[in-house]
Amino acid sequence: MEKQIYGLLAEFDTPTELVRAAEKVRDAGFVKTDAFSPFPLHEIDEALGIKRSILPYLVFAGGVAGLLTGIGLQVFTHVFDYPIIVGGRPHLSIPAFVPPAYELTILLAGFTAVFGMLFLNGLPQPYHPVFNVPRFALATREKFFLLIETKDPKFNYEETRSFMESLNPQEVFDVEE
Amino acid sequence: MQDIKEIQERIYPPMVEGEHTFDTVTDKISDLTLKKKTPFHWFIGFGIAFIIAQILLFTILYLVTTGIGIWGNNQPVGWAFDIINFVWWIGIGHAGTLISAILLLLNQKWRTSINRFAEAMTLFAVACAGLFPLLHTGRPWLAYWLFPYPNTMGMWPQFRSPLMWDVFAVSTYATISALFWYVGLIPDLATLRDRAKNKYFKLVYGLLSWGWRGSARHWHRYEITYLLLAGLSTPLVLSVHSIVSFDFSVSQVPGWHATIFPPYFVAGAVFAGFAMVLILCIPLRHVYRMKDFITHTHLVYMAKVMLATGLIVCYGYAMEAFFAWYSQAQYEVFMMKNRAWEGPYWWSYWLLILCNGASIQLLWFKRFRESEFWLFTISIVVSIGMWLERFVIIVTSLHRDFLPSSWAMYSPTMFDWSMFLGTLGFFFTLIYLFVRFLPIISIFEVRTLLPSAEVEHHHGHDGEHKESFIEQVNEPKGETA
Repeated sequence: MEKQIYGLLAEFDTPTELVRAAEKVRDAGFVKTDAFSPFPLHEIDEALGIKRSILPYLVFAGGVAGLLTGIGLQVFTHVFDYPIIVGGRPHLSIPAFVPPAYELTILLAGFTAVFGMLFLNGLPQPYHPVFNVPRFALATREKFFLLIETKDPKFNYEETRSFMESLNPQEVFDVEE
Repeated sequence: MQDIKEIQERIYPPMVEGEHTFDTVTDKISDLTLKKKTPFHWFIGFGIAFIIAQILLFTILYLVTTGIGIWGNNQPVGWAFDIINFVWWIGIGHAGTLISAILLLLNQKWRTSINRFAEAMTLFAVACAGLFPLLHTGRPWLAYWLFPYPNTMGMWPQFRSPLMWDVFAVSTYATISALFWYVGLIPDLATLRDRAKNKYFKLVYGLLSWGWRGSARHWHRYEITYLLLAGLSTPLVLSVHSIVSFDFSVSQVPGWHATIFPPYFVAGAVFAGFAMVLILCIPLRHVYRMKDFITHTHLVYMAKVMLATGLIVCYGYAMEAFFAWYSQAQYEVFMMKNRAWEGPYWWSYWLLILCNGASIQLLWFKRFRESEFWLFTISIVVSIGMWLERFVIIVTSLHRDFLPSSWAMYSPTMFDWSMFLGTLGFFFTLIYLFVRFLPIISIFEVRTLLPSAEVEHHHGHDGEHKESFIEQVNEPKGETA
């Protein structure tokens, strides 16, 4: 049976080589691309044309939800559902309600930040075709990789492969499905 | 040119010493977990800590089956060792969050090699802290009553009480600290997964790393999350100890009812926390040969933070005395006199001044700041001093309140001590397990500190231009290529 190819993976030694190669890949018009590095590289966002994530807006919404929950919970319980006077303070003791509402704001914003990131990243994802390349284990140690998927409209095995060879990588690998 | 370089090195000393590349950094840190045989001293240290942790277990067992009468708490000293230890432990945790969040926002690169175990320290300290109020409730199996949930009693918690605020603050703090720590660990767990030879380790690290593969799109969102969590943790950590101080300052007790409490508590927390970080990292860098990553510069910086926060704490002590005199309120004046020379606990106040006020003055001098022996000693003295601070605030304020007829003395029982000692054992047990099974230094962040991590620009720049983690997130556009 013919092996299904997921894409082509090029290995680089330095972050500069990766970024330069990514720029060329972007300029050649490939869109289904990805880069892999052992640490965050901010130049790669520009080089691959990655748009800024919507995550900060989600986190803001999470924070607002937390704040409203905090205020709503305290107002509901102390003004409507179970009004008792403690320490001579009014039912609606706004200053006293600040700390719990504040903490809930941070709690829900924090949850949104972490789980939103994981959700948008599609994690957990224990299997991914790139893991089939044995050298890819070095992506979490010292090496830099650039991927062009077969799904890319401009993808043509021979042409894309020779294009990737021209980027001066250490090696180009076939990524099996 | 040589001079400029020298000056630059003095102002910005390198954060990684020795000749390192991405692979040596990775191997050196991850080998501790994966390759090296567990050293003999680990078993000794772990064994001792584990045995002491059993004392905690037995104390809790006896406490739960008998009642908190086994402690020395009485009327009027209703809060004693349990609250002293709670505040002490939670304060220690604050340095971890300060290092991981506030120093990240302030763009201090030296945080990078100490943030991982400082955050672990935070988590474990909060775990120890949480035990005390939980058990002080007397019926810990009903502690869930503190949370607002619709119940058959038709009642709700009382949100006007600082103790409720404390529940929300501490539980949020524990949760966010755990998330922050775990998010920081994900890329490093992936490194361990890819480097592990043992099948089971590979499986466990693989599950824990959630399939992280270092994709550029993932890193992009990851950095945003990391920065946002830092931004959220910063006000959080300040609020937590402020709220802990509200437990005292919202009440009317002389010695507690002071507006200086929130900032003074927060500074004290950071002060105690840095002392604990130094206590942990001085032996750690020797035993595990991590001097390339936890350099001399790191220790000196921490000593400076300790000196600065220590001086804020001293200002707090001075203000307490000043308020008492300036207010001329008879109860306040009495409290201060009773605390410092007339009362039976006068020695604890002067011991506190000696430990927290006098000892840190040595840190003004380079000789002491640069000596590991002195730093370690001063850190231990400061830890004792911060414990005494809470003892002074809690016990000496309570034991002689408004009515002389209700005055009483407090003395801890054997179980007060065994509980405190036990939490120390529990804390160090967790630290030992952490050191054995997880990377003690953030590998991916240390990689970014290496000169080879920089992407050379097409034109103009001379390579001196280093962009930090935080700038990277703030300026996603970069220079025009």
